[in-house]
Amino acid sequence: MDEISRSLGTAGALIVGFDPQLVQIVALSLRVSLTAVVVACLLGLPLGAAIAVGRFPGRRALIVALNALMGLPPVVVGLFVYLMLSRAGPLGELGILFTPSAMVVAQTILIAPIVAALSRQVIEDTWQEYREQLRSLGAGPIASAATLLWDTRFSLVTIVLAGFGRAAAEVGAVMIVGGNIDGVTRVMTTAIALETSKGDLPLALGLGIILLSLVLALNAAAYWVKEAAQRRYG
Amino acid sequence: MLPLVLHQVWFAVNGRTIINGVSMEIEEGPRTVILGANGAGKSVLMRLCHGLLSPTAGSIEWRGPANGRRRQAMVFQRPVMLRRSALANIVYGLRLAGVSERESEMRARDVLEAVGLERVAGRPARVLSGGEQQRLALARAWALGPEVLFLDEPTANLDPGATRDVETLIDQIRAGGTKIVMTTHNLGQARRLGDEILFLSRGQLVERAPVDRFFSKPASAEADAFIKGELPWN
Amino acid sequence: MELIRRRLLSAVLSLPLLIAAPLVPAQNFITVASTTSTEQSGLFKHMLPAFQKKTGIEVRVVALGTGQALDMARRGDADVVFVHAKAAEEKFIAEGHGVKRLPVMYNDFVLIGPKSDPAKVAGGKDITAALKKIKNDSAPFVSRGDRSGTHMAELALWTQSGIDIAAEKGPWYRDTGQGMGPALNSASSMNGYILSDRATWLAFKNRGDLTIVVEGDKRLFNQYGVILVNPEKHKHVKKEQGQAFIDWVVSPEGQKNIADYKIGPDQLFFPNANDKGA
Repeated sequence: MDEISRSLGTAGALIVGFDPQLVQIVALSLRVSLTAVVVACLLGLPLGAAIAVGRFPGRRALIVALNALMGLPPVVVGLFVYLMLSRAGPLGELGILFTPSAMVVAQTILIAPIVAALSRQVIEDTWQEYREQLRSLGAGPIASAATLLWDTRFSLVTIVLAGFGRAAAEVGAVMIVGGNIDGVTRVMTTAIALETSKGDLPLALGLGIILLSLVLALNAAAYWVKEAAQRRYG
Repeated sequence: MLPLVLHQVWFAVNGRTIINGVSMEIEEGPRTVILGANGAGKSVLMRLCHGLLSPTAGSIEWRGPANGRRRQAMVFQRPVMLRRSALANIVYGLRLAGVSERESEMRARDVLEAVGLERVAGRPARVLSGGEQQRLALARAWALGPEVLFLDEPTANLDPGATRDVETLIDQIRAGGTKIVMTTHNLGQARRLGDEILFLSRGQLVERAPVDRFFSKPASAEADAFIKGELPWN
Repeated sequence: MELIRRRLLSAVLSLPLLIAAPLVPAQNFITVASTTSTEQSGLFKHMLPAFQKKTGIEVRVVALGTGQALDMARRGDADVVFVHAKAAEEKFIAEGHGVKRLPVMYNDFVLIGPKSDPAKVAGGKDITAALKKIKNDSAPFVSRGDRSGTHMAELALWTQSGIDIAAEKGPWYRDTGQGMGPALNSASSMNGYILSDRATWLAFKNRGDLTIVVEGDKRLFNQYGVILVNPEKHKHVKKEQGQAFIDWVVSPEGQKNIADYKIGPDQLFFPNANDKGA
């Protein structure tokens, strides 16, 4: 209990003091995870819609595989991306190992299946309702997929937030591919891991509280926007 | 496009035969009402005619002069509206048909006015009442200027007032030159809205007659029993 | 309304470009593979700004266990290696991955244990005697078990004590596979003994009931070496900048910088680049 109250104090002091290192770490965390979410959505949403609307051999196997990939352990993804981006690996020439770009790549791989699998389910449910009407109006598969993506946008917002939450919370992938380099690839979660291993538990917990508050604030904002939009558009 | 010719059409799914060898022609002119008990196969027959389903055997052909564009529309028992305004729903159908954005909006406003929904043009379509949504669905179909309008039990879920509004609308559309093909299990409605009756029983076209003769002197035993309210549920 | 929505949409969609732009990496930096204990001691935070100020070269330290750090360099993912396991370093060079090993500094290991000292080893100056007592009393002992320099030193000390720890260990010997900090956390929570480098111990904040019980034995000496990764074998190694770092670290200026690093009154590392045999 004593440690928890000390950590609250530490967290407060850090925030109020606008500690420049903390600001830098928070900014990097947001940049990496938000970028990863955006890319994951650009990949995952159309994929989810395509699978929901399409009919092709192996579709069911693909759905099962996609669902399973939601449970990818971050550390495994990190290892895989590390081996790919290592100088000894196939993509070593890119030279992005131990940079934020590698972290974005790893987190994108982590979140894209979540976005694709969940959006597929949501879109497929709506597709059941819309299918006959859309076909009657002459919408082909691509137009249907686009229409479904727009019409399910409120549910999709929640899915995107889930993806962001997963990215912002993970430490295994970014630790391996980023290297937790001070000032370059240190994000909130790796900083917390570091402080924990140094034994500075109040600081680690304080950082954790800040991370949680940030994610909470983001979710609250997104929910508020969603509610407002939903009132407008039904 | 008309006439629509069905030749020995069978439709079976999961081992069950729903349409049992139907041959018929739908021609320009009379308002065609397909009548039958629940389970007779009316909805499936409509979907076969509209092209939403493909026959298991037999052929369905539009033998009239082809003009490249989709000139038939369908209104379903439950209207399916997209998550956007009433106006936008109509515009959606027009845009799919290749009409320009500006032209679509103009035509949409015109048709909304014609059906008496101009005051809800900007409202989310999904918050409108059942009757309003069905009128909106009709407006959406009408705006496309179809040669044939299929309606599958369009008032089955509506109260008498809304039903009357919808029936009036159907007449208006008919007056504009569109061929009406409708299913219903409501005898009164069939009398009001039909010029000819196609009576379906257990997936077969059992009788076809002008409306007055059908009701005064039904030629088949099933039709007779149906009119008297004695036909058992299939 | 449509217009606002469209503007908002394009703003949201161009966000990734704004965000991604700064993610394009700068070029004037080197990657140094080092150990967690070195980084956690805070030495790099003290040393690297001085080097960057002088040369403009940014040093990015990836801190892993010694074994991992050398493996990372074997894959060509580092320009310089800065670790503390002489035997492993020499093997690294023999394999052709490194150019030359230069001694830099040393610190020492200390035996940490609970104040209650169940094995009664506190105050001793003989590490092998202490380890024998711990084993005979089956006192809880935490090992890093992660192929780090500290772990390798610990294993060597067991051998020097005449104990084949792999064969003779029991449930009292906790092989955690963790870095120095987490291992200290474990020792703290189970009130056990653990071998730690002095630097990490001095910087460690979660001591609980632990304290130094044995120190000063010559066998607890912990030597650091620095190696340039072989540019012949790994073509993209930044050899000029890497060499500049090595040259600075062993220069009088760099050595003084190391000596100046203190936590409170305690100096953590002792520069000895001049000691060619180290």
